Amino acid sequence: MTTRQIDLLVNEQTFTLDLPPRITLADALRDHCRLTGTHLGCEHGVCGACTVLLDGEPVRSCLLFAIQAAGHEVTTVEGVGRPDSLHPLQRAFVNNQAFQCGFCTPGFLMLALGILNEELDISTNDLRNALSANLCRCTGYTAIVDAVTGYQSSRKDAQ
Amino acid sequence: MKPSAFEYKRPGSVIEAVHYLHQFGEDARVLAGGQSLVPLMNFRLVYPEVLVDINDVDELSGICPSSDGSLSIGALTRQATLLSPCLPSAWRIVREATSHIGHYPIRRRGTVGGSMVHADPAAELPLLALTLEAEFKLRSQTGERSVHADSFFQSHFTTDKHEDELLIEVCFPALPHGTTTAFAEFARRSGDFALVAVAAALTRDTAGVIRRARIGLAGVAATPLRARGAEEELLGTTETASARIAAARAAEDIDPTSDGHASARLRRDLARTLVERVLAQCSGNEQ
Repeated sequence: MTTRQIDLLVNEQTFTLDLPPRITLADALRDHCRLTGTHLGCEHGVCGACTVLLDGEPVRSCLLFAIQAAGHEVTTVEGVGRPDSLHPLQRAFVNNQAFQCGFCTPGFLMLALGILNEELDISTNDLRNALSANLCRCTGYTAIVDAVTGYQSSRKDAQ
Repeated sequence: MKPSAFEYKRPGSVIEAVHYLHQFGEDARVLAGGQSLVPLMNFRLVYPEVLVDINDVDELSGICPSSDGSLSIGALTRQATLLSPCLPSAWRIVREATSHIGHYPIRRRGTVGGSMVHADPAAELPLLALTLEAEFKLRSQTGERSVHADSFFQSHFTTDKHEDELLIEVCFPALPHGTTTAFAEFARRSGDFALVAVAAALTRDTAGVIRRARIGLAGVAATPLRARGAEEELLGTTETASARIAAARAAEDIDPTSDGHASARLRRDLARTLVERVLAQCSGNEQ
Protein backbone atom coordinates (compact mmCIF):
# COMPACT_ATOMS: atom_id res chain seq x y z
CA MET A 1 0.00 0.00 0.00
CA THR A 2 1.48 3.33 -0.98
CA THR A 3 1.89 5.77 1.85
CA ARG A 4 2.49 9.51 1.87
CA GLN A 5 4.39 11.55 4.36
CA ILE A 6 2.28 14.37 5.71
CA ASP A 7 2.71 17.00 8.41
CA LEU A 8 -0.36 17.41 10.55
CA LEU A 9 -0.60 20.53 12.70
CA VAL A 10 -2.70 19.50 15.69
CA ASN A 11 -3.16 21.69 18.77
CA GLU A 12 -0.21 23.79 17.57
CA GLN A 13 2.06 20.74 17.43
CA THR A 14 3.37 19.17 14.23
CA PHE A 15 3.05 15.43 13.76
CA THR A 16 4.97 13.97 10.81
CA LEU A 17 3.12 10.85 9.72
CA ASP A 18 3.56 8.25 7.02
CA LEU A 19 0.07 7.15 6.01
CA PRO A 20 -1.94 5.70 3.13
CA PRO A 21 -4.44 8.28 1.83
CA ARG A 22 -7.43 6.19 2.97
CA ILE A 23 -6.75 6.82 6.68
CA THR A 24 -9.38 9.22 8.01
CA LEU A 25 -8.42 12.21 10.09
CA ALA A 26 -10.23 10.61 13.05
CA ASP A 27 -8.12 7.44 12.80
CA ALA A 28 -4.90 9.38 12.25
CA LEU A 29 -5.55 11.48 15.37
CA ARG A 30 -6.37 8.45 17.48
CA ASP A 31 -3.97 5.80 16.20
CA HIS A 32 -1.03 7.82 14.92
CA CYS A 33 -1.03 11.00 17.02
CA ARG A 34 -2.26 9.03 20.06
CA LEU A 35 -4.88 11.72 20.74
CA THR A 36 -7.76 9.48 21.71
CA GLY A 37 -10.10 12.22 22.93
CA THR A 38 -11.72 12.25 19.48
CA HIS A 39 -14.20 9.38 19.44
CA LEU A 40 -15.64 7.12 16.71
CA GLY A 41 -19.39 6.71 17.12
CA CYS A 42 -20.78 5.89 13.71
CA GLU A 43 -18.08 6.55 11.10
CA HIS A 44 -20.65 7.84 8.63
CA GLY A 45 -21.19 11.40 9.69
CA VAL A 46 -24.36 11.05 11.74
CA CYS A 47 -23.37 11.21 15.41
CA GLY A 48 -20.71 13.94 15.64
CA ALA A 49 -18.63 12.20 18.32
CA CYS A 50 -15.62 12.68 16.03
CA THR A 51 -16.03 16.46 15.73
CA VAL A 52 -12.80 18.47 15.69
CA LEU A 53 -11.99 21.99 14.52
CA LEU A 54 -10.39 22.44 11.11
CA ASP A 55 -9.13 26.01 10.83
CA GLY A 56 -11.57 26.85 13.64
CA GLU A 57 -14.62 25.26 12.00
CA PRO A 58 -16.36 22.19 13.41
CA VAL A 59 -16.03 19.21 11.06
CA ARG A 60 -16.72 15.48 11.28
CA SER A 61 -13.24 13.99 11.27
CA CYS A 62 -14.55 10.57 10.18
CA LEU A 63 -15.50 12.21 6.88
CA LEU A 64 -12.09 13.77 6.21
CA PHE A 65 -8.97 11.97 5.14
CA ALA A 66 -5.88 12.82 7.18
CA ILE A 67 -4.06 13.81 4.02
CA GLN A 68 -6.70 16.49 3.40
CA ALA A 69 -5.81 18.15 6.69
CA ALA A 70 -2.19 18.71 5.66
CA GLY A 71 -1.69 22.46 5.43
CA HIS A 72 -4.55 23.20 7.81
CA GLU A 73 -4.85 23.64 11.58
CA VAL A 74 -6.59 20.94 13.55
CA THR A 75 -7.83 21.44 17.10
CA THR A 76 -8.94 18.48 19.21
CA VAL A 77 -10.35 18.35 22.73
CA GLU A 78 -6.82 17.82 24.03
CA GLY A 79 -6.07 21.32 22.80
CA VAL A 80 -8.99 22.90 24.62
CA GLY A 81 -8.07 22.43 28.28
CA ARG A 82 -6.19 20.15 30.62
CA PRO A 83 -7.44 18.19 33.65
CA ASP A 84 -5.57 20.56 35.92
CA SER A 85 -6.74 23.65 34.04
CA LEU A 86 -10.15 23.24 32.49
CA HIS A 87 -11.40 25.49 29.72
CA PRO A 88 -14.38 27.59 30.92
CA LEU A 89 -16.66 25.58 28.60
CA GLN A 90 -15.46 22.35 30.21
CA ARG A 91 -16.05 23.94 33.62
CA ALA A 92 -19.60 24.79 32.49
CA PHE A 93 -20.15 21.14 31.46
CA VAL A 94 -19.02 20.03 34.93
CA ASN A 95 -21.22 22.58 36.69
CA ASN A 96 -24.29 21.69 34.63
CA GLN A 97 -23.74 17.89 34.75
CA ALA A 98 -23.67 18.00 30.97
CA PHE A 99 -22.04 14.58 30.58
CA GLN A 100 -22.53 11.08 32.02
CA CYS A 101 -20.58 8.46 30.10
CA GLY A 102 -18.61 11.21 28.37
CA PHE A 103 -18.48 9.53 24.97
CA CYS A 104 -20.18 12.37 23.09
CA THR A 105 -18.58 15.09 25.19
CA PRO A 106 -15.45 15.90 23.18
CA GLY A 107 -17.57 16.15 20.04
CA PHE A 108 -20.00 18.53 21.74
CA LEU A 109 -17.18 20.66 23.17
CA MET A 110 -15.60 21.11 19.75
CA LEU A 111 -18.96 21.71 18.07
CA ALA A 112 -19.92 24.35 20.63
CA LEU A 113 -16.55 26.11 20.42
CA GLY A 114 -16.68 26.05 16.63
CA ILE A 115 -20.20 27.52 16.53
CA LEU A 116 -19.36 30.26 19.02
CA ASN A 117 -16.07 31.05 17.23
CA GLU A 118 -18.13 31.71 14.12
CA GLU A 119 -20.97 33.59 15.79
CA LEU A 120 -20.71 34.45 19.47
CA ASP A 121 -24.09 36.27 19.36
CA ILE A 122 -26.03 33.31 17.95
CA SER A 123 -29.59 33.17 19.34
CA THR A 124 -30.49 30.42 21.81
CA ASN A 125 -32.86 28.88 19.27
CA ASP A 126 -30.27 28.84 16.52
CA LEU A 127 -27.69 27.52 18.96
CA ARG A 128 -29.97 24.63 19.95
CA ASN A 129 -30.52 23.86 16.25
CA ALA A 130 -26.79 23.92 15.60
CA LEU A 131 -26.04 21.71 18.63
CA SER A 132 -28.62 19.18 17.38
CA ALA A 133 -25.90 18.11 14.93
CA ASN A 134 -24.52 15.75 17.60
CA LEU A 135 -26.09 12.77 19.37
CA CYS A 136 -26.06 12.01 23.11
CA ARG A 137 -27.63 8.89 24.56
CA CYS A 138 -27.23 9.73 28.25
CA THR A 139 -28.16 13.26 29.17
CA GLY A 140 -31.27 14.21 27.24
CA TYR A 141 -29.40 17.29 25.89
CA THR A 142 -30.90 19.93 28.21
CA ALA A 143 -27.84 20.08 30.44
CA ILE A 144 -25.57 20.32 27.40
CA VAL A 145 -27.55 23.27 26.03
CA ASP A 146 -27.51 24.93 29.45
CA ALA A 147 -23.73 24.50 29.72
CA VAL A 148 -23.14 26.01 26.30
CA THR A 149 -25.55 28.92 26.71
CA GLY A 150 -24.10 29.61 30.17
CA TYR A 151 -20.60 29.68 28.71
CA GLN A 152 -21.83 31.89 25.84
CA SER A 153 -23.24 34.45 28.32
CA SER A 154 -20.09 34.60 30.36
CA ARG A 155 -17.99 35.01 27.24
CA LYS A 156 -20.21 37.83 25.99
CA ASP A 157 -20.09 39.50 29.41
CA ALA A 158 -16.33 39.31 29.38
CA GLN A 159 -16.14 41.21 26.07
CA MET B 1 -15.81 -0.21 8.03
CA LYS B 2 -12.83 1.69 6.73
CA PRO B 3 -12.68 2.84 3.13
CA SER B 4 -10.69 0.79 0.65
CA ALA B 5 -7.37 2.02 -0.67
CA PHE B 6 -7.18 4.73 -3.32
CA GLU B 7 -4.72 6.97 -5.05
CA TYR B 8 -5.06 10.62 -4.01
CA LYS B 9 -4.77 13.60 -6.33
CA ARG B 10 -5.07 17.22 -5.24
CA PRO B 11 -5.27 19.50 -8.30
CA GLY B 12 -4.88 23.24 -7.88
CA SER B 13 -6.89 24.21 -10.94
CA VAL B 14 -9.83 23.14 -13.08
CA ILE B 15 -7.44 22.25 -15.92
CA GLU B 16 -5.51 19.90 -13.65
CA ALA B 17 -8.71 18.42 -12.23
CA VAL B 18 -10.25 17.57 -15.61
CA HIS B 19 -6.92 16.18 -16.73
CA TYR B 20 -7.11 13.65 -13.90
CA LEU B 21 -10.75 12.84 -14.66
CA HIS B 22 -9.81 12.27 -18.29
CA GLN B 23 -6.85 10.11 -17.29
CA PHE B 24 -8.69 7.92 -14.78
CA GLY B 25 -12.28 7.98 -16.10
CA GLU B 26 -14.65 5.71 -14.23
CA ASP B 27 -11.96 4.72 -11.72
CA ALA B 28 -11.98 8.23 -10.25
CA ARG B 29 -14.40 10.19 -8.08
CA VAL B 30 -14.32 13.87 -7.29
CA LEU B 31 -13.95 14.70 -3.58
CA ALA B 32 -15.43 18.05 -2.59
CA GLY B 33 -17.15 18.35 0.83
CA GLY B 34 -17.16 14.60 1.29
CA GLN B 35 -20.32 14.71 3.40
CA SER B 36 -22.09 12.26 1.06
CA LEU B 37 -19.17 10.53 -0.66
CA VAL B 38 -17.09 9.58 2.39
CA PRO B 39 -19.98 7.86 4.23
CA LEU B 40 -20.52 5.81 1.05
CA MET B 41 -16.81 4.97 1.03
CA ASN B 42 -16.85 4.11 4.74
CA PHE B 43 -19.66 1.64 4.03
CA ARG B 44 -17.75 0.44 0.97
CA LEU B 45 -20.84 1.12 -1.13
CA VAL B 46 -18.41 2.91 -3.42
CA TYR B 47 -14.70 2.17 -3.73
CA PRO B 48 -13.04 4.53 -6.20
CA GLU B 49 -9.48 3.74 -7.15
CA VAL B 50 -8.64 7.42 -7.41
CA LEU B 51 -9.93 10.42 -5.46
CA VAL B 52 -9.55 13.82 -7.07
CA ASP B 53 -9.70 16.28 -4.16
CA ILE B 54 -10.86 19.63 -5.58
CA ASN B 55 -10.87 21.56 -2.30
CA ASP B 56 -7.89 23.66 -3.42
CA VAL B 57 -9.52 24.71 -6.70
CA ASP B 58 -10.54 28.16 -5.44
CA GLU B 59 -11.80 29.29 -8.84
CA LEU B 60 -14.80 26.98 -8.30
CA SER B 61 -16.02 28.87 -5.24
CA GLY B 62 -18.20 31.90 -5.18
CA ILE B 63 -21.68 33.29 -5.55
CA CYS B 64 -22.16 35.69 -8.41
CA PRO B 65 -25.39 37.63 -8.66
CA SER B 66 -25.53 39.23 -12.07
CA SER B 67 -27.00 42.58 -13.09
CA ASP B 68 -29.57 40.71 -15.19
CA GLY B 69 -30.89 39.15 -11.97
CA SER B 70 -29.48 35.66 -12.55
CA LEU B 71 -27.45 33.88 -9.85
CA SER B 72 -24.38 31.76 -10.59
CA ILE B 73 -23.03 29.57 -7.84
CA GLY B 74 -19.61 27.93 -8.13
CA ALA B 75 -19.70 24.17 -7.59
CA LEU B 76 -17.29 24.24 -4.66
CA THR B 77 -19.29 26.91 -2.79
CA ARG B 78 -19.98 25.61 0.71
CA GLN B 79 -23.67 25.19 1.49
CA ALA B 80 -23.26 27.39 4.58
CA THR B 81 -22.30 30.29 2.30
CA LEU B 82 -25.86 30.25 0.91
CA LEU B 83 -27.10 31.18 4.40
CA SER B 84 -25.15 34.42 4.31
CA PRO B 85 -27.11 37.67 4.55
CA CYS B 86 -25.11 38.80 1.49
CA LEU B 87 -27.33 36.66 -0.73
CA PRO B 88 -29.70 39.04 -2.57
CA SER B 89 -33.15 39.06 -0.95
CA ALA B 90 -34.82 37.98 -4.20
CA TRP B 91 -33.10 34.61 -3.65
CA ARG B 92 -34.40 34.00 -0.14
CA ILE B 93 -35.76 30.62 -1.26
CA VAL B 94 -32.16 29.46 -1.65
CA ARG B 95 -31.40 30.40 1.96
CA GLU B 96 -34.64 28.82 3.18
CA ALA B 97 -34.01 25.53 1.37
CA THR B 98 -30.36 25.38 2.48
CA SER B 99 -31.32 25.84 6.15
CA HIS B 100 -32.94 22.40 5.95
CA ILE B 101 -29.82 20.62 4.69
CA GLY B 102 -28.38 18.30 7.33
CA HIS B 103 -26.70 20.02 10.23
CA TYR B 104 -24.29 22.87 10.91
CA PRO B 105 -20.99 20.99 10.38
CA ILE B 106 -22.36 19.25 7.29
CA ARG B 107 -23.22 22.60 5.71
CA ARG B 108 -19.76 24.00 6.55
CA ARG B 109 -18.05 21.34 4.42
CA GLY B 110 -20.76 20.18 2.04
CA THR B 111 -20.82 21.95 -1.30
CA VAL B 112 -23.53 23.09 -3.70
CA GLY B 113 -22.00 21.12 -6.56
CA GLY B 114 -21.61 18.02 -4.43
CA SER B 115 -25.28 18.01 -3.49
CA MET B 116 -26.34 18.51 -7.11
CA VAL B 117 -24.13 15.75 -8.50
CA HIS B 118 -24.94 13.34 -5.67
CA ALA B 119 -28.60 13.81 -6.73
CA ASP B 120 -30.36 12.35 -3.73
CA PRO B 121 -34.06 12.27 -4.68
CA ALA B 122 -34.98 13.96 -1.38
CA ALA B 123 -32.33 16.68 -1.48
CA GLU B 124 -33.16 20.39 -1.33
CA LEU B 125 -30.68 21.89 -3.79
CA PRO B 126 -31.55 19.57 -6.71
CA LEU B 127 -35.22 20.41 -6.02
CA LEU B 128 -34.46 24.13 -6.25
CA ALA B 129 -32.44 23.66 -9.43
CA LEU B 130 -35.28 21.81 -11.11
CA THR B 131 -38.05 24.12 -9.91
CA LEU B 132 -36.19 27.31 -10.86
CA GLU B 133 -34.87 25.84 -14.13
CA ALA B 134 -31.15 26.14 -13.44
CA GLU B 135 -28.39 25.40 -15.94
CA PHE B 136 -25.43 23.19 -15.08
CA LYS B 137 -22.00 24.03 -16.54
CA LEU B 138 -19.85 20.95 -17.04
CA ARG B 139 -16.21 21.01 -18.11
CA SER B 140 -14.06 18.19 -19.47
CA GLN B 141 -10.68 18.13 -21.11
CA THR B 142 -12.43 18.36 -24.47
CA GLY B 143 -14.66 21.31 -23.74
CA GLU B 144 -17.60 22.71 -21.86
CA ARG B 145 -21.34 22.11 -22.10
CA SER B 146 -24.42 23.43 -20.40
CA VAL B 147 -27.24 21.12 -19.28
CA HIS B 148 -30.72 22.26 -18.25
CA ALA B 149 -31.99 20.93 -14.91
CA ASP B 150 -34.81 19.07 -16.72
CA SER B 151 -32.21 16.78 -18.35
CA PHE B 152 -29.60 16.82 -15.59
CA PHE B 153 -31.37 14.66 -12.98
CA GLN B 154 -31.94 11.23 -14.50
CA SER B 155 -32.58 8.85 -11.60
CA HIS B 156 -31.62 8.11 -8.00
CA PHE B 157 -28.07 9.39 -7.54
CA THR B 158 -27.69 9.58 -11.31
CA THR B 159 -27.12 12.69 -13.37
CA ASP B 160 -26.19 13.49 -16.93
CA LYS B 161 -22.63 14.37 -15.85
CA HIS B 162 -20.12 12.18 -17.70
CA GLU B 163 -17.31 10.45 -15.83
CA ASP B 164 -14.65 12.74 -17.24
CA GLU B 165 -16.60 15.92 -16.46
CA LEU B 166 -16.38 18.33 -13.57
CA LEU B 167 -19.37 20.44 -12.53
CA ILE B 168 -18.15 24.05 -12.61
CA GLU B 169 -21.19 26.06 -11.64
CA VAL B 170 -24.96 26.13 -11.39
CA CYS B 171 -26.73 29.14 -12.83
CA PHE B 172 -30.21 30.14 -11.72
CA PRO B 173 -31.94 32.38 -14.29
CA ALA B 174 -33.44 35.65 -13.07
CA LEU B 175 -36.83 35.37 -11.41
CA PRO B 176 -39.36 37.27 -13.55
CA HIS B 177 -40.69 40.53 -12.14
CA GLY B 178 -43.68 39.88 -9.89
CA THR B 179 -42.45 36.47 -8.66
CA THR B 180 -42.86 35.23 -5.11
CA THR B 181 -41.22 32.05 -3.88
CA ALA B 182 -41.71 29.65 -0.98
CA PHE B 183 -40.25 26.40 0.32
CA ALA B 184 -41.50 23.77 2.76
CA GLU B 185 -40.20 20.41 3.90
CA PHE B 186 -41.32 17.63 6.24
CA ALA B 187 -38.84 15.36 8.00
CA ARG B 188 -39.30 13.34 11.17
CA ARG B 189 -36.38 15.06 12.89
CA SER B 190 -34.69 18.27 11.94
CA GLY B 191 -31.64 17.42 9.90
CA ASP B 192 -33.11 14.21 8.48
CA PHE B 193 -33.59 13.84 4.76
CA ALA B 194 -36.96 15.22 3.70
CA LEU B 195 -39.81 12.78 3.39
CA VAL B 196 -41.32 15.35 1.03
CA ALA B 197 -40.12 18.85 0.14
CA VAL B 198 -41.84 21.45 -2.04
CA ALA B 199 -40.52 24.57 -3.74
CA ALA B 200 -42.62 27.08 -5.67
CA ALA B 201 -42.22 30.26 -7.67
CA LEU B 202 -45.39 32.10 -8.75
CA THR B 203 -45.37 35.10 -11.07
CA ARG B 204 -48.39 37.40 -10.94
CA ASP B 205 -49.36 40.36 -13.11
CA THR B 206 -50.40 43.72 -11.68
CA ALA B 207 -53.97 42.46 -11.26
CA GLY B 208 -52.68 39.60 -9.05
CA VAL B 209 -53.43 36.94 -11.65
CA ILE B 210 -50.90 34.10 -11.94
CA ARG B 211 -49.18 34.17 -15.32
CA ARG B 212 -46.37 31.67 -14.59
CA ALA B 213 -46.13 28.88 -12.02
CA ARG B 214 -43.29 26.56 -11.08
CA ILE B 215 -43.87 23.92 -8.43
CA GLY B 216 -41.31 21.24 -7.60
CA LEU B 217 -41.49 18.16 -5.36
CA ALA B 218 -38.69 16.11 -3.83
CA GLY B 219 -38.90 12.74 -2.12
CA VAL B 220 -41.76 11.43 -4.25
CA ALA B 221 -39.84 9.91 -7.16
CA ALA B 222 -36.35 8.89 -8.31
CA THR B 223 -35.60 12.54 -9.09
CA PRO B 224 -37.16 15.87 -8.10
CA LEU B 225 -40.32 16.47 -10.15
CA ARG B 226 -42.20 19.43 -11.52
CA ALA B 227 -45.88 19.35 -10.58
CA ARG B 228 -46.93 20.44 -14.08
CA GLY B 229 -50.59 19.55 -13.63
CA ALA B 230 -50.76 21.68 -10.50
CA GLU B 231 -48.98 24.52 -12.32
CA GLU B 232 -51.63 24.42 -15.06
CA GLU B 233 -54.44 24.62 -12.51
CA LEU B 234 -52.97 27.88 -11.21
CA LEU B 235 -52.48 29.74 -14.48
CA GLY B 236 -54.96 32.53 -15.04
CA THR B 237 -56.22 32.39 -11.42
CA THR B 238 -55.38 34.11 -8.17
CA GLU B 239 -53.97 31.23 -6.16
CA THR B 240 -56.11 31.59 -3.05
CA ALA B 241 -58.98 30.37 -5.18
CA SER B 242 -57.15 27.51 -6.85
CA ALA B 243 -54.55 26.44 -4.25
CA ARG B 244 -56.52 23.49 -2.95
CA ILE B 245 -57.28 22.22 -6.43
CA ALA B 246 -53.65 22.59 -7.46
CA ALA B 247 -52.44 20.78 -4.33
CA ALA B 248 -54.85 17.89 -4.92
CA ARG B 249 -53.72 17.68 -8.53
CA ALA B 250 -50.05 17.60 -7.43
CA ALA B 251 -50.80 14.66 -5.11
CA GLU B 252 -52.80 12.81 -7.79
CA ASP B 253 -50.10 13.16 -10.41
CA ILE B 254 -47.31 11.53 -8.39
CA ASP B 255 -46.69 7.82 -7.91
CA PRO B 256 -44.43 7.55 -4.85
CA THR B 257 -43.21 4.20 -3.58
CA SER B 258 -43.56 2.98 0.00
CA ASP B 259 -40.35 2.39 1.89
CA GLY B 260 -39.09 2.09 5.44
CA HIS B 261 -39.42 5.83 6.03
CA ALA B 262 -42.89 6.51 4.69
CA SER B 263 -45.75 4.85 2.87
CA ALA B 264 -46.84 6.03 -0.56
CA ARG B 265 -50.05 7.27 1.03
CA LEU B 266 -48.13 9.40 3.54
CA ARG B 267 -45.97 10.90 0.81
CA ARG B 268 -49.05 11.78 -1.22
CA ASP B 269 -50.72 13.39 1.80
CA LEU B 270 -47.55 15.31 2.62
CA ALA B 271 -47.26 16.47 -0.98
CA ARG B 272 -50.81 17.84 -0.93
CA THR B 273 -50.41 19.55 2.43
CA LEU B 274 -47.02 21.07 1.64
CA VAL B 275 -48.08 22.33 -1.80
CA GLU B 276 -51.06 24.08 -0.20
CA ARG B 277 -48.83 25.53 2.49
CA VAL B 278 -46.25 26.75 0.01
CA LEU B 279 -48.90 28.36 -2.21
CA ALA B 280 -50.35 30.14 0.82
CA GLN B 281 -46.85 31.42 1.65
CA CYS B 282 -46.44 32.66 -1.91
CA SER B 283 -49.59 34.73 -1.66
CA GLY B 284 -48.39 36.10 1.69
CA ASN B 285 -44.90 37.03 0.50
CA GLU B 286 -43.96 40.34 -1.02
CA GLN B 287 -40.90 40.06 -3.18
